Amino acid sequence: MMTETHSTLTKNIAPVLSFTVLVLVWEATVRLSGWDTNVLPGPYKVLESMTELIANGSIFKHTVASLFRVTLGFYIAAILGIPLGIILGRSQIASILFSPVISFLRPISPLAWIPLAMLWFGIGDKPAIFLIFLASFFPIVMATTVAVHSINPTYFYVAANFNFSRTEVIQKVVIPAIIPDVITALRLSVAIAWVVVVAAEMIAVQSGLGYLILDSRNGLRMDYVMDGMIVIGLIGLFLDYIMRRLSRIESASWGVKQA
Amino acid sequence: MAHIQINNLSREFVNRRKKEREGNGLDYGEKVSVLENINIEVEDGEMVCLLGPSGCGKSTLLRILAGFDKQTSGTVLIDGKEVTGPSSDNIFVFQHSGLLPWMTVGENVELGLRHMEDEQAKKVEIQEYIEMVELDGFEDHYPRQLSGGMQRRAELARALAVNPDILIMDEPFNGLDFLTHMKMREEVVNMHQFLGKTVFIVTHDIDDALIMGDRVVVFSKRPSQVKMNQKLDFPHPRIVFNKQTELSQLRDELFLMLGVSYAV
Ligand SMILES: Nc1ncnc2c1ncn2[C@@H]1O[C@H](COP(=O)(O)OP(=O)(O)OP(=O)(O)O)[C@@H](O)[C@H]1O
Ligand SMILES: [Mg+2]
Repeated sequence: MMTETHSTLTKNIAPVLSFTVLVLVWEATVRLSGWDTNVLPGPYKVLESMTELIANGSIFKHTVASLFRVTLGFYIAAILGIPLGIILGRSQIASILFSPVISFLRPISPLAWIPLAMLWFGIGDKPAIFLIFLASFFPIVMATTVAVHSINPTYFYVAANFNFSRTEVIQKVVIPAIIPDVITALRLSVAIAWVVVVAAEMIAVQSGLGYLILDSRNGLRMDYVMDGMIVIGLIGLFLDYIMRRLSRIESASWGVKQA
Repeated sequence: MAHIQINNLSREFVNRRKKEREGNGLDYGEKVSVLENINIEVEDGEMVCLLGPSGCGKSTLLRILAGFDKQTSGTVLIDGKEVTGPSSDNIFVFQHSGLLPWMTVGENVELGLRHMEDEQAKKVEIQEYIEMVELDGFEDHYPRQLSGGMQRRAELARALAVNPDILIMDEPFNGLDFLTHMKMREEVVNMHQFLGKTVFIVTHDIDDALIMGDRVVVFSKRPSQVKMNQKLDFPHPRIVFNKQTELSQLRDELFLMLGVSYAV
């Protein structure tokens, strides 16, 4: 077993170490391959162009545009998806009616919707938000339904025994019971949404990190392409961190075994 | 009139698994009889201990009493009225913990008092029940932060706070260590002497039944029938290990009846 200090130290140092190795391998590849810096720019060049993008503010503009779309699409998906998941989980009739449709739509990649999304919503934020909504909506609905189904039936007996009303059953049993699973589902789908936004922006819009990458490719600026990738990676890490923090809230962590 | 009257009660389950596996018509919807013609009467304020082999339908009977399950035939009357569904007049204490894990001990106990108007009086009452089971100081703990015995006590406090007419307990000492078991048992006996509620309790421990019960009922193997139904008119506290007493002879008899020839 690791000691307390040992493990915190490892936790903080290990990522720094692995990223350093990544950068070194990158630099080594650049030097050994002999490729032109326009094809494979090295770490220094990418850092340099990153400061350019920061200085002229374009990286912020694109990041904000992407984050805005992801946030909005994701919120709409969660606000509609969680209640729908609860209804499907609780009502057999609703489940018989809608579950087949959802199971059918779910495996269709959100990217397959791009042509229709552009036709319906034109070019701009709307089609991108729509695609992100699609990407997160179905996983959220499915995960919520599964979470409702897996609630220990004892809790419903307790609810009946204490004369809970229908609203009380939802408020005091169903929602708290599914929170841990739903947070996990949100965490996974925000990651999917983040992947999808970049793809959507390459096609349907004129801003955002996806657009930055596409536009830089057209301008043969591979250093900008890599800047875009780096920011996407960092934001992805950040989103995951936020979602993990969310699952540590005490009332949401009842399912966690005591250490 | 008796408080609980169980008349000719039977419960059958349809065996679904065989139906799916074979489907040759022979086992289609085959019925398994679990409880067969059960007749029990429980007086007001009586503590009934139900013994029987595993799988004989003890939990099933309790679930029917609590209104969670329906009998196939026969009737269950409580205060002369047929049981139609769950009610906070008959509180069930579950075989595995029934505390809501996302609520603190205090919030769990509050469930039975949540309709009280006066917030101050409600707080006082919650505290009273928490103290009754000696959990003061743990109001803000979540169930997972408590030991098994403390969880059992918290659930007992929650049940008592509703002030039910009947307490239905399914193996309430299950999974407790020996000493906690003894202590909990003492607490239940004290609680019963103090509050005088009708208690229907399932246990697999013969000593539990002899020490706590005003009446002991024994079920046979499935399909279960009442094998013994005897009033225990002995004062508390009871000692069951002294070989001379009538109670310990009864204890030996019970062990024999349940298939153990050399009782410890
Ligand atoms: N929903 C159900 N469907 C089919 N069979 C069931 C169902 N519930 C219980 N049974 C059957 O009824 C029988 C009695 O179950 P029950 O849980 O009442 O036993 P028990 O006496 O409480 O046993 P234990 O002492 O092990 O808790 C078991 O054989 C079980 O297989
Ligand atoms: Mg049982």
